[in-house]
Amino acid sequence: MPDSLVIKNLNASIGERPILKDFCLTVPKGEVHAIMGPNGTGKSTLSKVLAGHPDYSVQSGSALLDGEEILGLEPDVVARAGLFLAFQYPSEIPGVTIANFIRAAIVARQAKGTPFDAKAYYAELYAKMDALKMDRKFTARFVNEGFSGGEKKRCEILQLMMLKPKYAVLDETDSGLDIDALRIVSEGVNAMRGPDTGFLVITHYQRLLEYIVPDRVHIMWDGRIVHSGGKELALELEAKGYDWVKTELATA
Amino acid sequence: MAEIDENLAQREAIEVDRSKGDFKYEESYAFDAGIGLSPSVVDYISQVKAEEPWIREFRQKALKIFEGLPMPTHWATTDLDNIKFENIRYYLAKGQKAVRTWEEVPDDVKKTFERLGIPESERKFLAGVEAQFDSEAVYSRMKEELEKLGVIFCGPTEGLRDHPELFRKWFGKVIPAGDNKFAALNSAVFSGGSFIYIPKGVKVAQPLQAYFRINAENFGQFERTLIIADEGSEVTYMEGCTAPKFETATLHSAVVELVALKGAKIQYVTVQNWSANVFNLVTKRGVAEEGAEVRWIDCNIGSRLTMKYPGVVLRGKGARGEVLSIALANDGQHQDTGAKMIHAADDTTSNIIAKSISVGSGRSTYRGLVHIPKTLKNCRNNTECDALLINEHSRTDTYPAISVRGQKNSVQHEASVSKVSAEQIFYMMQRGLSEGEAMSLAVNGFVNDLVKEFPMEYSVELKRLIELQMEGSVG
Ligand SMILES: Nc1ncnc2c1ncn2[C@@H]1O[C@H](COP(=O)(O)OP(=O)(O)OP(=O)(O)O)[C@@H](O)[C@H]1O
Ligand SMILES: [Mg+2]
Repeated sequence: MPDSLVIKNLNASIGERPILKDFCLTVPKGEVHAIMGPNGTGKSTLSKVLAGHPDYSVQSGSALLDGEEILGLEPDVVARAGLFLAFQYPSEIPGVTIANFIRAAIVARQAKGTPFDAKAYYAELYAKMDALKMDRKFTARFVNEGFSGGEKKRCEILQLMMLKPKYAVLDETDSGLDIDALRIVSEGVNAMRGPDTGFLVITHYQRLLEYIVPDRVHIMWDGRIVHSGGKELALELEAKGYDWVKTELATA
Repeated sequence: MAEIDENLAQREAIEVDRSKGDFKYEESYAFDAGIGLSPSVVDYISQVKAEEPWIREFRQKALKIFEGLPMPTHWATTDLDNIKFENIRYYLAKGQKAVRTWEEVPDDVKKTFERLGIPESERKFLAGVEAQFDSEAVYSRMKEELEKLGVIFCGPTEGLRDHPELFRKWFGKVIPAGDNKFAALNSAVFSGGSFIYIPKGVKVAQPLQAYFRINAENFGQFERTLIIADEGSEVTYMEGCTAPKFETATLHSAVVELVALKGAKIQYVTVQNWSANVFNLVTKRGVAEEGAEVRWIDCNIGSRLTMKYPGVVLRGKGARGEVLSIALANDGQHQDTGAKMIHAADDTTSNIIAKSISVGSGRSTYRGLVHIPKTLKNCRNNTECDALLINEHSRTDTYPAISVRGQKNSVQHEASVSKVSAEQIFYMMQRGLSEGEAMSLAVNGFVNDLVKEFPMEYSVELKRLIELQMEGSVG
């Protein structure tokens, strides 16, 4: 499928320990898919493996971004191919301002020698910060340094909005956000929804999915998707907890 | 901050790109002192320059001192033992007189400086330029209005010959020949460099610049600089340096003396980007009289081994001294740099901020000296040393050596070592930056607050040099 992110039979490990086990998932462009699952089932691992993190090794399987294999590529190549990861725990980059960081990321996507339109850049940056209700003074702050948990997550979404990837993986973007922030950030993501972008939203809470209404919900368990359904699956999960999945797995 | 960056972007067009230093045109020299060091080599240099007997004696005496002093290897590095003084050429020049228009500069030499962007920056933002090629300046020119104000900008030969009443008094006084082995060597064979005099009250708005180019292999460049800022005057001097990549060791050993008289201000900016086989062993010191200020901005990016500790002797009441330094030690390089602040009067203040970056097997060392004797009062020093390690094998050492006595003086010292983590690099690469871009962004972030203190043209250049180094350091 050319217009999808297609993950097939992905087996990946950290050190000797297998984490992803024959993982399969397809996210078509224009759709929002949510992954829910207990702590430690490998949700963040999935996002890191897709992004080409050097700590993880892939044993087998494939991940095709619009038909192109991204496994085995350098992280920056995957990023420029169109995959964006909003980190569960974003890194701090001392001394590098948000404005300069996003600018460098945009310049990295342009052909060498293309003049940079600084005026247009700042206009867009400020507009998106306004939408996310971020103080414009943040442009001069160093990336994630001294940010509160919620500020970090907003900054991830700001980058997402500025870089406009084909596919975005949001790893627990809702954790650490207060109610208002949750709504604002969700509005930001919703504004980006459209036929050119696919989303994979990792979350523990149904609440986020009230704001970012998913097309599909998947339950991840021990390194693979064990159950998929519509948005009502999240409600069911919230009501029944994961024990229900466990029982279902045992009887299957 | 965003605004500042926009300015940078606009200024990028007038940048001097020293990264392009690695090229070389074949040369023939009219003056050549041959290979090796001896009293007759020293005499040859003195004779070619038609120097007065006292200078010749000064040189010969310095040669004896040089021969008598041991190598300072016990405290720095044994790499100095690899300098073979007997294999070095001590004087190479195409001519004896620097010309005043670029048209008159021999074509091949002109081509070199054009490639380095020197004539262009002169047109755009400099008050005066001197371009040295191996042992002698080939070009030297200053804006006429400065000449009319009595500013002198020439080389040591002309300075000592034509203005002895100004320069002789201080020549070799801030840094005597016996200061250290390499100061002695320079005193014996010095050639080229800048002698500058700024008259009372004259404030030179644009910088004066010297550009030092080593073209010959197995060669030693020994320029000598003496800047005297008379009472209440101000000047910024900038120096840059490059050389092509050499197979064998080449030596650069300068002596720079600064004299800031009552209320004067001297700012001395260096961007050192020697190629990887150049030993860069330089002695730099300034004297600040009452209410005067000497500020060293010292960036060491290139060379095989740099040993350099710019200093200020705070001789007059209320004098200020500052060293802002950045050192980047890439694979196989050792940057042994630092600062010296000698407080010798009441109410004097000094500030040292040193940032070093070690990459791969690179090694950086901070070596400082702050001295405030018990008899003084109201003296203050602030010392900050920050080191950034890019990966496991790199190394950094700090030797601050602060001796502050007396109840009425204060000192503040901070040191930090940080690392660029694999997670940070991954995070930046996930945004689309290559590994090299990610590292140079991290490094530029590390030096950012210091670079903001630099003259604009130099901060742009420095940023580019760092990018080049970081990109070259990843496979
Ligand atoms: N770098 C690592 N080193 C060692 N173990 C790791 C590493 N990364 C992940 N793991 C382990 O792999 C398993 C899956 O972790 P992962 O972070 O993918 O879980 P998760 O589903 O995202 O959990 P959570 O909901 O708590 O965020 C966990 O047991 C974790 O401890
Ligand atoms: Mg996780």
